Amino acid sequence: MSVAHALRCRDLRKQYGDVVAVDGLSLAVHRGECFGLLGPNGAGKTTTIEILEGLLPPDAGDVEVLGMSWRTNEPELRQRLGVQLQETQLPDKLTVEETVRLFRSFYHQGYAVDELLGMVELEAKRTSWVVKLSGGQKQRLALACALAGKPDVLFLDEPTSGLDPQSRRQLWDLVRRVRDSGGTVLLTTHYMEEAEILCDRVAIVDHGRVIALGTPHELIASLGTVKAVTRHGTLEDVFMGLTGRHLRDE
Amino acid sequence: MSDRPLIQLTLARLREFVREPEALFWAFVFPVVMSVVMAVAFPARGNSPVVIGIAAGAEAAGVRAALAAEPAITVRDVAPGSEQRALREGEVHLIVVPTMPPAYRFDPGRVESRTARLLVDDALKRGAGRTDPWTATEEPQQIPGSRYIDWLIPGLVGLGIMSTSMWGIGFSVAQSRMRKVLKLLVATPMRRRDYLGAQMLARLVFLAPEVAVPVAFGVYVLSMPMRGSVTALVIVSVIGALAFGALGLFVASRARTFEAISGLMNVSMLPMWLLSGVFFSAANFPATVQPVIQALPLTALNDALRAVVLEAVTLRGIQAELWTLMAWGIGSFAVALRIFRWR
Repeated sequence: MSVAHALRCRDLRKQYGDVVAVDGLSLAVHRGECFGLLGPNGAGKTTTIEILEGLLPPDAGDVEVLGMSWRTNEPELRQRLGVQLQETQLPDKLTVEETVRLFRSFYHQGYAVDELLGMVELEAKRTSWVVKLSGGQKQRLALACALAGKPDVLFLDEPTSGLDPQSRRQLWDLVRRVRDSGGTVLLTTHYMEEAEILCDRVAIVDHGRVIALGTPHELIASLGTVKAVTRHGTLEDVFMGLTGRHLRDE
Repeated sequence: MSDRPLIQLTLARLREFVREPEALFWAFVFPVVMSVVMAVAFPARGNSPVVIGIAAGAEAAGVRAALAAEPAITVRDVAPGSEQRALREGEVHLIVVPTMPPAYRFDPGRVESRTARLLVDDALKRGAGRTDPWTATEEPQQIPGSRYIDWLIPGLVGLGIMSTSMWGIGFSVAQSRMRKVLKLLVATPMRRRDYLGAQMLARLVFLAPEVAVPVAFGVYVLSMPMRGSVTALVIVSVIGALAFGALGLFVASRARTFEAISGLMNVSMLPMWLLSGVFFSAANFPATVQPVIQALPLTALNDALRAVVLEAVTLRGIQAELWTLMAWGIGSFAVALRIFRWR
């Protein structure tokens, strides 16, 4: 297919009661890039990614995934996307292998179960119950489930929140490998170092809008004109410069 | 092993179930425990002795001797002042005041007390020298299937099918919703009817022991007759389990907390515990509410089970009950699929 954009949305709006979660958000994600939505908790990242995943209908705005729309092409799109949600707890008493085999069964084509276990380095845990896994192992299992159908676009919502630094780095390696093999990745995070290390481009989201967009390098470089940087700048400084607030501690 | 989604989803449900010991207990041990308790609490009719209390009085010794000659009577002394209590608690069925002629104290509203009155009166008059014009020949009959326990077991089987189908599906669905597994599943290409269908298929696999254990216990331990065909019993059970499985899906289709699902399950099952003829016949309720009672799925299931087990009725003879169950099943599944909350 010759569509240049893996994902595109225009003027998305979503409101819960009086709270405007997404307020006129527009994005375009290229094929083969790893794109990050960076922002504090409550910025509207999860709502945005769930709209793009076709799990939430927007109040207004258009969504285009792989050149198709959720309204008319849902079954086909589902075959070509992989989704990892922020709060899912996979069933405790299924084994790792059983869980992966279950998710693999939903896709017409994709990786073999053994391949998936190898990719996320859980072969040694294949007969363990999910409840016995560490946080990092659970996240890798969730990633294996999302990768089961060899997706063209992979959605990751806060894939490393709550993980120790070592598990986080292990997951970054996996995501980078998916991107390097030609897959498009859209992830949300509130860790600036994660966005810096992993993402080709980053959109900084606050109050349901994109307030800055570019490669991590461009965003950090733009700091130079905002304020004098005495040390090596980070995306945290970019967020501070734009909003006057810290990213992490709201 | 087949990698079809319906089969994988069913396997997942079965694995979760067998890895949960409490669920196994409720499904298999509970019906047996219930049957044993009932067998002990309701022994076969006519075997229970008539217990007679003798108050203090001049003729007490003579009365005691006359009653001792009657094997069906057990005599017990009642202390003065505790007579009312002994009668109320059922410790004695009747109290004889040993005067001449004697007085009988009993509650004519109790069947055992009326029986006791006839036996005592007969024994005392015979002891006083009455001669009978003739003595009838007694031909005791044992009619299998006429005991309360025979009637009760099919009802317990029906109750078990309802409870395990509804709780089993309701809790698993509510839990998957709370843990956001449902939300993740609908983000995959999984077909929604496969998920709901797998929940019901998994129930069917465990149906066999759930029905077979209490029925076998009834037949081999409690000598319950099994008059109808096993095929008919299997078909009735399967249709019943599907109907209640679908009802379980419907009840669980929106609930987002354990409190909500427990409340909804109890509200939907309690009326059937009481009205559908599990422990006592549904015929005890007035005619005006009978149409409602007869339309309940558990009434239909219990009637069908009893007809097959106790009266050897064929499937043709219980088609009304089977249609009722299928209507509940199909209706509930269709509504559940429409209103189901996946996130």
